[in-house]
Amino acid sequence: MITVPQLFFAYFAVAMTVLSLLVITAKNPVNSVLWMLALFFHIAGLYLFLNAEFLAAVQLILYAGAILVLFLFVIMMLNVKDEIIGKRFIKGWPVGIALVMSILAVIYFPISRLIQGPAGQYTIEAIRAETNSKVLGRVLYTDYLFPFEVASLILLIAIVGAMVLAKRRA
Amino acid sequence: MDNYAIYDGLYAILGIPRDCSLLLQFIAIMINIVLVIAVVMLHVAYATYFERKVIGHMQVRLGPMRVGWHGLLQPIADGLKLFFKEDIVPATDFKAVFKLAPIFVVFAALSSLAVIPFFSTFYIANINIGILYILAISAVSTYGIIMAGWASNSKYAFLGSLRSAAQLISYEVAMGLSLVGIMIMAGSLNLKEIVSAQQQQWYGMYLFPQFLGFFVFTVAAFAETNRVPFDLPEAETELVAGYFAEYSGMRFSLFFLGEYIAMIVMSSMSVLCFWGGWTLPPVITNAIPQLNMVPGIVWFVLKVYGHIFVFYWVRATLPRYRYDYLMRLGWKVLIPLALANIVITSIVKYLA
Repeated sequence: MITVPQLFFAYFAVAMTVLSLLVITAKNPVNSVLWMLALFFHIAGLYLFLNAEFLAAVQLILYAGAILVLFLFVIMMLNVKDEIIGKRFIKGWPVGIALVMSILAVIYFPISRLIQGPAGQYTIEAIRAETNSKVLGRVLYTDYLFPFEVASLILLIAIVGAMVLAKRRA
Repeated sequence: MDNYAIYDGLYAILGIPRDCSLLLQFIAIMINIVLVIAVVMLHVAYATYFERKVIGHMQVRLGPMRVGWHGLLQPIADGLKLFFKEDIVPATDFKAVFKLAPIFVVFAALSSLAVIPFFSTFYIANINIGILYILAISAVSTYGIIMAGWASNSKYAFLGSLRSAAQLISYEVAMGLSLVGIMIMAGSLNLKEIVSAQQQQWYGMYLFPQFLGFFVFTVAAFAETNRVPFDLPEAETELVAGYFAEYSGMRFSLFFLGEYIAMIVMSSMSVLCFWGGWTLPPVITNAIPQLNMVPGIVWFVLKVYGHIFVFYWVRATLPRYRYDYLMRLGWKVLIPLALANIVITSIVKYLA
């Protein structure tokens, strides 16, 4: 018997696979970006499905709203006419497929042997009672404060680096 | 938090039990959505009339007077005219994108309405990340404008859309940061809880402790909705009409619709986060208890229209900003101000 959640998951899984294929096979890079936008919406939907509403919102704000817009910016500014006329696949594609298949196998074997770990403090009920964003914030700022600060420092360095590179000639 | 929280609104009003059949739930949600969209569409139509009247009187004119009594039927006449105009699609490789862009703009604007509580028991969805949802939708609505500019195959439209994308990304940062003060004070991202948190204070509005945040939010809201003085994406004198220069008829009016719905959504956000939503400050209601009899929707609509009036007032008063000033204001004034607001609010919250 297929339940409603299973149907939802099936839709998201199939749609995400199809959209990812469209992203890499679209002839025009602008179309690729637009397919990727649809893909990001589906990823956000999948996060909602996992009771991770905060991640879903951040997925849309950061990936769809900021990063992908900048992608689109760059692609529109570049002259992409060559890509549209030229061949989309290089000669060595059989080698590429073989490599991807072997990586897939490497990923598949560990996953097929996964065993579920012991349930922690944050069960679905606990997260629902406290709301996802609060729980996430607490975990990030207590248990994982150091890695969190390290990650923000790395991002800050990237921002400063970008500014230094852009302003050097001026 | 129970699973039915999102259907709360109409259930309470129609008296439908929460554990009714799926079909009945579906019908209730659909009625709710149609009701909200229909009412907002009507308000959008008359918001254009209101704008023309306000600006007209500010410029010592009368505004629309011909259609109906004092031009009251003008919005309907405009809508009919736009509906029957010829729909021109320019020669381009991106016909599908061209046709999709205005729909995307309206879709994004309308979907923000889903989380806005109009009064304590009426909303489509009461979600825990209300503020983030609105920010996410307004971030995504940029695509409609970029798609329109790109697919129009015209340099003016393209330049307009590039400007718009840069402007929206810059001001989204300021807008998100300006609301962090509210989130810290209310301890929630849920719009309904933010309003009830404001009721806990005697002043009843976060406007007073969060005046810095309110200033940044208001300026960012003008930029996010492409209104004067930040309407550079559609600057007529430089870019013909900007990103929608190639659109005509119904598709053009969809952009128009999207802009006005976005304006209503931004005003509602401001009312909910800074003006206490559908409530009045406890100081006033304690002094005049009769005011508690007035339904909350009255205050909500009054406050939203007050905010929309400010949009029109500014449009009639200020000239357009230069583009580099706009960017400088966004990054070098508003974002530091919003960050300072976060620091001050957190310190005060920590000490209190």
